[in-house]
Amino acid sequence: MAGQLSIAKALNEALRKSLENDPKTLLMGEDIGKLGGVFRITDGLQKDFGEDRVIDTPLAESGIVGTAIGLALRGYRPVVEIQFDGFVYPAFDQIVTQLAKMHARALGHVKMPVTIRIPYGGGIGAVEHHSESHEAYFAHTAGLRVVSPSNADDAHWMLRQAIESDDPVIFLEPKRRYWDKGEVQDAPTTDLYSARIARPGTDATLIAYGPMVKVCHEAAAAAAEDGRSLEVVDLRSLSPIDFATVEASVRRTGRGIVVHEAPVFLGLGAELAARLTETCFYHLEAPILRVGGYHAPYPPSRVEEQYLPDLDRVLDAVDRALAY
Amino acid sequence: MTVKSTARARKKAAPGVPDNLRTGTDAPPELVQLLTPEGERVEHPEFPLETTPEELRSLYRDLVLVRRFDAEATSLQRQGELGLWASLLGQEAAQVGSGRAMRPGDYAFPTYREHGVAWCRDVDPLNLLGMFRGVNHGGWDPNEKNFHLYTIVIGSQTLHATGYAMGITKDGADDAVIAYFGDGASSQGDVNEAFTFASVYNAPVVFFCQNNQWAISEPTTTQTKIPLYRRASGFGFPGVRVDGNDVLACLAVTRWALDRARTGAGPVLIEAFTYRMGAHTTSDDPTRYRLTEETEAWKAKDPILRLKAYLDKEGLADEAFFADVEAQSEKLGLRVREGVRSMPDPDPTLIFDHVYAEPHTLVAEERAEYEAYAASFEGGENL
Repeated sequence: MAGQLSIAKALNEALRKSLENDPKTLLMGEDIGKLGGVFRITDGLQKDFGEDRVIDTPLAESGIVGTAIGLALRGYRPVVEIQFDGFVYPAFDQIVTQLAKMHARALGHVKMPVTIRIPYGGGIGAVEHHSESHEAYFAHTAGLRVVSPSNADDAHWMLRQAIESDDPVIFLEPKRRYWDKGEVQDAPTTDLYSARIARPGTDATLIAYGPMVKVCHEAAAAAAEDGRSLEVVDLRSLSPIDFATVEASVRRTGRGIVVHEAPVFLGLGAELAARLTETCFYHLEAPILRVGGYHAPYPPSRVEEQYLPDLDRVLDAVDRALAY
Repeated sequence: MTVKSTARARKKAAPGVPDNLRTGTDAPPELVQLLTPEGERVEHPEFPLETTPEELRSLYRDLVLVRRFDAEATSLQRQGELGLWASLLGQEAAQVGSGRAMRPGDYAFPTYREHGVAWCRDVDPLNLLGMFRGVNHGGWDPNEKNFHLYTIVIGSQTLHATGYAMGITKDGADDAVIAYFGDGASSQGDVNEAFTFASVYNAPVVFFCQNNQWAISEPTTTQTKIPLYRRASGFGFPGVRVDGNDVLACLAVTRWALDRARTGAGPVLIEAFTYRMGAHTTSDDPTRYRLTEETEAWKAKDPILRLKAYLDKEGLADEAFFADVEAQSEKLGLRVREGVRSMPDPDPTLIFDHVYAEPHTLVAEERAEYEAYAASFEGGENL
């Protein structure tokens, strides 16, 4: 297993291992069979595991999630692929009103081990509805778990852990990082819901997840050239959030900047800023700042670079935080 | 879940699929009926049904007890013991007929009105009332009696039923599933997606639409321009319209459809043509949207009266039997009244129970906050 893999290949290997390890695991989605998915994440799996376990579905997202719920009730462990972020909304009702609540409604008598994989976020020059970040909708819904890896090792192990979870997991794949390579370990180095100090630092904490972790690494490297030491926390899990790790970091540095692609307004950054203000108030040297998308539909791709937070926008926020 | 047979069973030829249903639904819009409103037993060439006097009496008992349960629940709502009730009055035959067609390994996915089906699955009637009293959102173990939780969002459960049926196929079992929904739900995307999935995967699921003519205040004509059972043809499986107030016809057609499904012949849509005699729920007022004449006309088709007329006419039940059913009905009524009134409120920490199957730090944190807050009051444990 160990070796350099792209995130896409790491995910593919994770699905393969999950199919091998548990005959009840199934993959379902549009074009995931012969085509291997539009991003080829399921490449070769139908060939090796058969049409009965790697299922090409009708083009109906609510139907995919709704039938996955039924399969889970029958004892299966479905892993659903939503083709693109913006296509999940037709399934939103099944996810938030049914999947998320089934365990509680049944007073624990039934489990919903359904994993919903969604390639999300922008930066690949796509057309409308192919670049959205909707994590806040899902994280806001009790009963769902929401995670997003930022590197190949996490992609592999977080997916395997998500599939093994008895709870429904929204698994957000940073699609513009699919081709980034990294070392994949032979065993998971942390549990699914822990945040990770991706880069230690002393002057301010950058809090990010998924596609923005790389941007924050770049910002920290650039800041280091100016003699500033930035810590980068990779949240990994968005529900639950590992507040303990984030709070400890912010207490050390005295400054926190949350970075995500999703619109700032009512996004995860709002939750983190409120929480850190409540819990770290006497340690803060500056207000918690947020860097993210605007309150606008995701823009046409020719201007998406202006919409997406980049290294300069992150560094601008660092300047503002350090100016207090 | 016990796997009751092998994939081999599934490959047997479908039994007795009527010719005019093989390709769906250009069949004439006739109503399958085995018992007229006057209590005359009639034969239908495609849906023969043999019954013993004991079975007929048992069906009668079911109908009466289910109606009694429903009436008690309506009264309890009026007395403030339930927050809401969705009455099945008028739909007893559709539910008991289809419910009694199921085998133990079959699985039912109800809406929120399938009290009669729950009865047939031997679910404790008091379990159904928890949601309406506000002490839980359902709460029974669906796998105990193969009767899923009530689903309120219209039509969602038809997809769950279809997925479950797909799982049956994968297991090589010869069980089948019934997905219940109403005429209003037929407009929902989920129901139409369920038809697509069931059809293309040949899933052993019977779609049982109780067309009770009204979706709250909207008539069926607001939902569809063609008879609902004909929808099936567009999805490639048979549709049958059955007299939903005729318990024998509902039993025969559903049994046929379930047997057909378990042999691998795929789904069937049954439209039980019936009528909701009461309100949609205790919150609405049907006098605002429908005519008394219409309700009166349907009263003449009452499912219980017609079976009683048949039993009387044929001498299949005596006074002692009817007295016994009445005594059981009284006993059930008492049990429901007492059971509801003594139903305890849940412990407030129920809020935090079962949100997730595995520990979740936010839920644990908020539970601790709540418990500390509650304990801060004098006698806090009893908050």
